[in-house]
Parts: sequence; structure tokens; C-alpha cells
Amino acid sequence: MNMVKEKIGSAPKKKKIASLDKRKARIGWLFVLPFIIGFVFIYLPIIFNSIKFSFNHIIIQTSGGYKLEFVGFQNYSDAFMVDTGFKDTLLAGLGQLVVDIPAIVLFSLFIALILNQKILGRAAFRAIFFIPVILTTGLISSIDASNNDLLNHMTNGSIDTGTEAAGAGILSVESLQGLFQNMVVGGEFVTTIVGIVNGIYDIVNRCGVQMLIFLAGLQSISPSIYESCQIDGASGWETFWKVTFPMISPIILVNVVYTIIDAFTSASNKVMAYITTVYDRPNNGNVLASAMSWTYFLIVIAIIAAAAGTISSVVFYQRRD
Amino acid sequence: MNKTAETPKVKRETKNRIRVDFERTPLLERMRAKFLNFYTLKKVLWYLFRFLLLLGVSFVILFPFFSKISASFMSASDFTDVTVLLIPKNPTLSTYAAIITENGYFPAMGNTFLLSLVCGLLQTFVCTMIGYGFAKFKFKGSKILFFAVIFTMVVPHSTLRLAMFMKFKNFDVLWIGTLLNKMGVTANAGINMLNTNWPLWILSATGLAFKNGLFIFLMRQFFKGIPDELEESAYLDGSGVFKTFLFIILPNSVTMMITVFMFSFCWQWTDTFYSNLFYTKSGAALLPSIIKTPASLSEIVSKTAGSSLYSSAITNTCGLLIIFPLIILYLFGQKYIVQGIERSGITG
Repeated sequence: MNMVKEKIGSAPKKKKIASLDKRKARIGWLFVLPFIIGFVFIYLPIIFNSIKFSFNHIIIQTSGGYKLEFVGFQNYSDAFMVDTGFKDTLLAGLGQLVVDIPAIVLFSLFIALILNQKILGRAAFRAIFFIPVILTTGLISSIDASNNDLLNHMTNGSIDTGTEAAGAGILSVESLQGLFQNMVVGGEFVTTIVGIVNGIYDIVNRCGVQMLIFLAGLQSISPSIYESCQIDGASGWETFWKVTFPMISPIILVNVVYTIIDAFTSASNKVMAYITTVYDRPNNGNVLASAMSWTYFLIVIAIIAAAAGTISSVVFYQRRD
Repeated sequence: MNKTAETPKVKRETKNRIRVDFERTPLLERMRAKFLNFYTLKKVLWYLFRFLLLLGVSFVILFPFFSKISASFMSASDFTDVTVLLIPKNPTLSTYAAIITENGYFPAMGNTFLLSLVCGLLQTFVCTMIGYGFAKFKFKGSKILFFAVIFTMVVPHSTLRLAMFMKFKNFDVLWIGTLLNKMGVTANAGINMLNTNWPLWILSATGLAFKNGLFIFLMRQFFKGIPDELEESAYLDGSGVFKTFLFIILPNSVTMMITVFMFSFCWQWTDTFYSNLFYTKSGAALLPSIIKTPASLSEIVSKTAGSSLYSSAITNTCGLLIIFPLIILYLFGQKYIVQGIERSGITG
């Protein structure tokens, strides 16, 4: 109603302002034009085809082309009913993520907090901590995955005989169980902790980007807030919970979402690896893989929505604009 | 002058300086009071804890590199020797030599360099532009479009694997190819782009390549942190939007752009997903293809007792050779990464 009135009321005067806004809006479109073109003409058709393939079987013709045969939801039901490994891999993968994601986010937050304080050789430490982001990706991480023998040899001097590998981690379950024997914690908890400690290399490698984002967030908190805290006599602990934590809570949200996305879509993910092997299977493995990955994608979206919803209810925004 | 016991004794007096002697607590006690309290102790312990933690994690990060490097210089006999840990007894360069000459290291590196450089530059520029558009202009549908950016980030690559392969095998935009084919101008309905660099270059130029959603997001956050007054003053001085972008905004965002360039360049360099997907020819000369045991070494490998160790060392040497240019790039660029991220001022 209001808008209509304005338009009718002062048409000649408003028109000039509107056209200026419009011009700016048009320039905004120009800036994002590459993405729009790519998204509409390349990405959306790919998405559409991918969904289409997941409802079809592909028959490769001898002439080199292919023909689609509509099969409805058969690929999806095959993924769960016929394929033996998918359901288990999916559950195992999701269980792994429940452990990994908090570990990665907390670890990167902790390291970012420490790297943000004054310490001897801070620049050198920062440079070292960002090495994995640049170097241990894709190819190198897949080499690393098959690397345990070599590392064991370097630390223990043992040629892999199979028996030695058990004690080669930083911690073993036995040594920790002795420590936790008298405490009221379950065996599962101990195994989880051991898993995290032994997977520290993996976790350090995966939290580089998160660490960068946290560091950027910490840098953006105004030092004058800390100064006034100090003058008011707040301890470091209090300052962290009353100032730092609320101020970076939006970034925690960003990082949780990023970590979930990264963990779900990385090639080292178990489910991803499984889907890749399914893709290479003969007899319509590729469409089955499409169906599987769309199922997987829906689960990812659901988890991201749940996590983002939960966290955003406690996020503090300094200014709402 | 009235001299009593309380007044400090004047030791020396010049025109504008006076030196007096008064009773102080002894130095030792003062120091003890200053440093041997709970507060200082806590501070020192926390400092030590932090330092050791950083040192430990740095070790976790660097040790694999050290072990790979040392293993790359070991000869076959070192792998069976139990006394050899990190320092090889019979250091040799034969592993490197064999990989470089037999696996075609330099041609592969040249190809990957061309691919990654163009991809990196395109992605950096395009993501900067898109990020700027999202950060500084309010236009209809910008929220939906930004959601689309996030969407491209969330969809796993493997979901699109088959469709992407088909798309670039028969590349066709707006049915132009089909139309030309029907009219009899071209023989095929689309252009086969497999085994060329075009698929990745097209994806880079449209901000759809690997993790470009993240780059756009980072850039948007960075530009949001730049005050609008900067551009407004440029507009007032008669500079157009694009001129402002090119000559005011871009020079101000060099560190951030270097950060994004390093990410895109290095991630493209070590990428396996796209190179497996688009380069179907066996022995397509990209860097992933050099990971194999060279023919002259495979005989020695099969004879060695710890053969799995030796072959894994060879694989890792391939890996080292692959990331060697990246290490040099990182040595020069790490300063910018740290700075660029610090200045991005992300506020969520």
C-alpha cells in the first residue's frame, strides 16, 4: 500500500532517485554476472541432469551415445535395500562426524586463541600452522592416508610386521584405560578420547581454514573492549567468557557450518570414498552413485540446518544491520 | 636545612638533579615479592604451556615432512636396516633421479602449472568481483544469489560427477550446439572438452570451481569491512564504479587476493577429483600421473625385504616433488596469508 502511494504521490521527484538506485542495482548485477551466467547455464543444468540420472538407468549404445531408461525410485531403493555397504558406511560416517566436528572446531578455536596472544616466535608458529591448508590437500592427503608404515618405521625403526602397528599410535587404549580406571567414565568414552588423540595429525590438517577464520574474527574485536575489562578488574577467564566468546559466536556458527560442509564433501570422507567406488562399478554404478550422493546430500542439508538452527539461537550479534 | 632521621640523606646535589639515599627493602626481597607470587607463577606457567603446546603441534605438522624427506634420500638397504631411523646410512639421489626422468616430471609440472596458474588468476579475480558485488550493492535477488553461492559449496562434488562429465563431454550452452547440429553446420551436438583445460577454466571463470563459494564468502566479508566512505569519496571525485573498483578497491585488497590466489592455485595443483574426471586419457600429463614406481626401481623394490616401506617412500618422494614448487610459493606467500586473513575482519 505504502509503496503504491509513494509511487503515485510524487512520481517525477521519486523517479530520479529510483533510477539512481536502479543504476546501482544494475551495476551490482554486473559484478555478480559471472556467477549468474555460470550458475544458470552450467551449474543448474548439471544439477538437473544429476537428479535426472539418479532416476534413470543409462544404456550405453554401441555408437558411442547413451540412452536413458526411466526407472523411478529404483536407484534409491537399491542404495538402501540391495547395496550391502551403503547403509553401514553412511551410519559409520555420520558417527565419525559427531566426534570430528566438535573436535575440529574446539581445537581450531583454542589454537587461534593462543596464536592471537603474544608469544615467542608467533610469526613462525603461524606460518607452520597454515602449512597443512596449502600443502596437505587432495593428492597429498590421499598419499598420507596410505602412509602409516613409513611413519612407524621412522619412529620405531620397525619393519611392518603387523604386530607392531598396534602400539605405534601416540596413545594406546591400554595405557589410557589404566589412567581412567578409577574414574566414572565408560570404555566408549576412553576409546573416543584415544581416537581423537591419535587422530591429532588428521585434525590439525583439517582445521587450517577454520583457524584462519577464527584468527580473523579475534583480530576484529576492538582492543579497547579488553582494555576496559582490564581496568574494571576482570580476569582473563572472565574476559574470555564475557567478551571474547560472545563476540566470536557468529564465527563459531560460520565455522561449524564450514566444518560440516568440509567434512562431508572432502574426498577422504568414508561415505564419499564409498560412493566413488560405487561410481566405478559396472552395470549402472554411476547412476546408483548419483542416487546415493543425493540421499547423502539431503542428510547433509538436514544436519547443517539443525546445527545452524541450534547455534544461531545462542549467537550474539554486536550490531544488527 | 632541618636534618632529621626521617629525611633522606642527600648524596649528591647538582643544579637541577638531586640524588638521595633512603632506606629501601633489599633487592632480593623486592624481587621475591615481585616474581614469587601466585599471579606471576600462573602467568609463567600459562606461557610455558602455550609455548609447549604450539611446539608440540608444530612437531605433529612438520614431522611427516621430515620423515618423508629423509626417506626420499634413503637407498633400498636402509629400509631393511633396523638401526636406521631418520638419518639414512647410504644417502642416494637415485629415487629423485628415477622419478624425474622416468615419470615425466617436468612436462607434467609444466601442464599443471599452466592449468593452475590460469585457474588461480581467474578464480581470484572473479571471486573478488563477485564478493564485491555481494558486499557493496543492494539489488533485488542478491540474497537468493548468495544462497546459491552457499548451495554450490554444500553440494558434494561426487554428486555432480556423472552430470559434469556428460556436460563437458558434450559442452553446449543454450542449445546452440544442438541447433547448429540440426542445421547441419557441425557434426556433433556439443564440443568435447575432455582432456583439455577448458572445463576447469570455464568453471573458474564463473566462480564454480573447487571451493569458490568459500572464496566468495571470504571476499564478501573482507569488503564489508572496508568503509563505504572510501568509495563515496571516490564517487564524489568523479570516478565511476568500475574505475573505483579497479584503482581504489583492488589495490587495497591485494593481501586478501594473494591469500585467495594461494588457496586456489595450491588446491588446484594438488587436486585429484577434477583431474581424474576431465583427463580421461591414460597418461594425461598432469602431476597426479607421476605417482608410480619408476621402472628402474620396481625391480629393486620387489627384491627388498621391506618392500612396502620402500614403495611407500617412493610414493612420498613423488608427493614431495609435486609439492616442492608449492613449498617455495608458501615461503614467499605465508606472510600475506596471515595478514590477509587478519584484515578480513569477519564478523559473521
